[in-house]
Amino acid sequence: MQVRVWRGKADGAFQAFEVPRHASQTVLDAVTHIQRVLDPTLAYRFACRVGMCGSCAMTVNGVPRWTCRTHVDKVVKNDRMELAPLRNLPVIRDLVTDMSGFFDKWAKAKGRFSGSRTRNDDFQKIEPDSSGRIAVDAGIECIGCAVCYSACDVVAARPDYLGPAALNRAWTLVQDERDTRTLERLRAVAGDAGCHSCHTHMSCTERCPKGISPTAGIAGLKRKVSLALLRNTL
Amino acid sequence: MNVKAQAVLWVAQRASAAVLALCVTVHLATMVYAIRGGLSAAEILSRTRGSVGWLVFYTVFVLAVTVHAPIGLRAVLEEWFGWRGTARDVLLVGLTLLLAVLGMRAVLGVFL
Repeated sequence: MQVRVWRGKADGAFQAFEVPRHASQTVLDAVTHIQRVLDPTLAYRFACRVGMCGSCAMTVNGVPRWTCRTHVDKVVKNDRMELAPLRNLPVIRDLVTDMSGFFDKWAKAKGRFSGSRTRNDDFQKIEPDSSGRIAVDAGIECIGCAVCYSACDVVAARPDYLGPAALNRAWTLVQDERDTRTLERLRAVAGDAGCHSCHTHMSCTERCPKGISPTAGIAGLKRKVSLALLRNTL
Repeated sequence: MNVKAQAVLWVAQRASAAVLALCVTVHLATMVYAIRGGLSAAEILSRTRGSVGWLVFYTVFVLAVTVHAPIGLRAVLEEWFGWRGTARDVLLVGLTLLLAVLGMRAVLGVFL
């Protein structure tokens, strides 16, 4: 098949390579073949190869995907495939983006757990079927691949928008009974740069490789912020 | 504008949208029903003049539009044209007043 790969920075261009097809070949396999056999100067990222680390996401035929768990059979069209870096992130080189802004937004959304207990205290008991625990379960498996961030049109329109991943993280903490900084977090995720700018296009939910719905979490944050507003605690 | 004010705008826009959903439905249904056999301006005025019910209904309609449209336009201006800041907000306050004045002028025009 012919694989066209983005080369250079934002003002780069696509370069075509001929890559042999194999059974059960993943997109990452194809990229690795190019780098190891055809052109060792190709820059790309990967680590675990099994869908855990979130480092190999790229734009495949215009769609953001995790490449280690995407079979070529699923995405190849007319024996051709086009690979580009993720959208909405600065391109460092070839298929590698600078993800620091993406993770900075997790920090801005107060994405760090803050409990009240110490290692000397007993575990806090959380009922598995409590509504909070169920909501946390639905969003907690995020691997930080930035596929949702790349798929989001609001991020493209508003560069300061926190984005689906950071807001989903905030939502799992807001729903965590053990966390002590809910109000501070709601203030961090409210407003034009936060949950209120979500257009509910659901591109993040459509593309998330882990089947998470950041849209649902963002809607939950809107409800929580509205309640805090009504109680005059925001 | 602080985060709390931004959240208030969001709630105001969603609440006005809920009001508009009802108002637009009633308005369109009434129009379709009223003009099915043809309708003149004189006939419209004969039904609306002095009708407190229609005065209240269309006043609510106009106020909902007045709240809803500028907040939506605020987001459009920012997301499509990258325009934010005081100049934009002054323009939107002006638009709000314009919608209120023109809307209420129309409502009172068919009531009085």
